[in-house]
Amino acid sequence: MGINDINANPLEVELCGVPLKNPVIPASGCFAFGYVMAPYYDLNVLGSISIKGTTLHPRFGNPLPRVAECTEGLINSVGLQNPGVDAVIANEIPKLRECFAGPIMANISGFSVDEYRECCRRMEGTEQVAFIELNVSCPNVHGGGMSFGTSTKHVAEVVKAVKEVTTLPVIVKLTPNVTDIVSIARAAEDAGADGICVINTLLGMRIDLKTRKPIVANTMGGFSGRAVFPVALRMVWQVSHACSIPVVGCGGVASAEDVLEMMMAGATAVEVGTANLINPYAAKEIVEDLPRAMAKYNIKNLNELR
Amino acid sequence: MADYTVVENVRIGANTMLMRLSGPTDCFTAPGQFVNISIPGLTLRRPISVCDLQPGLLTIVYDIVGKGTEAMAHAEIGQKYNILPALGNGFTINPDSVNPVLFGGGVGCPPLYLLAKSLMLKGLRPAVVLGFNDKNRIIMKEMFEALGLPVYIATMDGSEGVKGYVTDAVREAGLEPDYFYACGPAPMMRALCQHYDVPGQVSLEARMACGFGICACCAIKTVNGPKGVCKNGPVFGKEEIIWE
Repeated sequence: MGINDINANPLEVELCGVPLKNPVIPASGCFAFGYVMAPYYDLNVLGSISIKGTTLHPRFGNPLPRVAECTEGLINSVGLQNPGVDAVIANEIPKLRECFAGPIMANISGFSVDEYRECCRRMEGTEQVAFIELNVSCPNVHGGGMSFGTSTKHVAEVVKAVKEVTTLPVIVKLTPNVTDIVSIARAAEDAGADGICVINTLLGMRIDLKTRKPIVANTMGGFSGRAVFPVALRMVWQVSHACSIPVVGCGGVASAEDVLEMMMAGATAVEVGTANLINPYAAKEIVEDLPRAMAKYNIKNLNELR
Repeated sequence: MADYTVVENVRIGANTMLMRLSGPTDCFTAPGQFVNISIPGLTLRRPISVCDLQPGLLTIVYDIVGKGTEAMAHAEIGQKYNILPALGNGFTINPDSVNPVLFGGGVGCPPLYLLAKSLMLKGLRPAVVLGFNDKNRIIMKEMFEALGLPVYIATMDGSEGVKGYVTDAVREAGLEPDYFYACGPAPMMRALCQHYDVPGQVSLEARMACGFGICACCAIKTVNGPKGVCKNGPVFGKEEIIWE
């Protein structure tokens, strides 16, 4: 360790030019708009917060039930419930700013290129929003995100359109429900994306043995939780080896060891999703446990993993 | 979040168990709140309404319906559960009501027990009207009677009490309540909200993931926009809910 490093925070990372005090980011859809969690702990321990997926217009989302339990995971079909971008900017983000001083990641979804573009245009200039996370992968909405994230052409179109209207780094969150994640990631990079997040949920379903019908009202939903970690890790590895832009690892992360493993696979930052739903303190506990896990594996600074 | 220890776990009905757990109780703020219980080996916590509270002692009553409650039914004294306590808003006691009635339907009866005790502390004497499918499903009748409250039973098949709905039992008993508090199956809550001409509050049930307002899995439509049953509920004013 050099003299200049003595006061350096060994957990600090830089994501698309934005310094994060640590790589841990609660994933979109698993932390609401953040402020709901403020009674549980000081949110300022977190590197960033990816807020609830936001669309141009308000959405109620899918009918109930929206959740089915699985072994080491769950299926959700919330369907992008949110109050719409204008209300998010006017009501939700200001409440988050009251309890979180760090960089905010705005997760944006749309049902047409124009919707993505308009949503990002309106988000531009919102205080403390430091990243756009483009959700091109939500499997819950018919005719929606899925069609963008499964096609190199459509991913490129959306990224180009959004880059025209925003000065923020654009991180594209990809669906794992594709034949070749690398070609999609490269298409996003070539279109000007500043980062890639992998993975969103895997399309899955459960059937209720008593009723003999699917448990979630929408039949299928997104599978997440610890069970998907190896799939996510594999895709982080593939994308980070194929692209030169930073990769955010997401999928089944529930421990400090999982964070280290994701970073060893090539992730610059790591999102924690489903774990928050089971233990409200999950993200905080992971941050606090990182120094112990780093010491155990002789890691002095997280940046040495990349 | 805290560990609670089972001190009692007994059958009180054909398919219903009563469990008492020792652990923190200062955090609870209202009758009608619920706890979310982590079951070893299962991913999601199980949300169960609070039936009774004494200092350091939590009582829940649950039907055995799936893997989680089946495992709980086999829990022995001394078993520890990690619990998120004091979730949801709970019932708000209406200060203007002098003649309230409590409507319980099946396994919706438990939260009304702590509510009944809270109302009694305010000097009120609510009528308790409990509805079940048949007499074999009746639970908690004696518990409410032991509080010294008048208890009326309605069964769908008429095998005990009044045949029909809880509202039929109210009519038959000649009660004239000025307000109601209810917890029971969705069709019963819907009927009370849409067709019963007395103001009141209902406690709803929904399949949940988190239980504390971050996943949006249990949202319902209300006149004030979408609301989470877990965080903004489970208790809603009868005029608030938009039934689909």
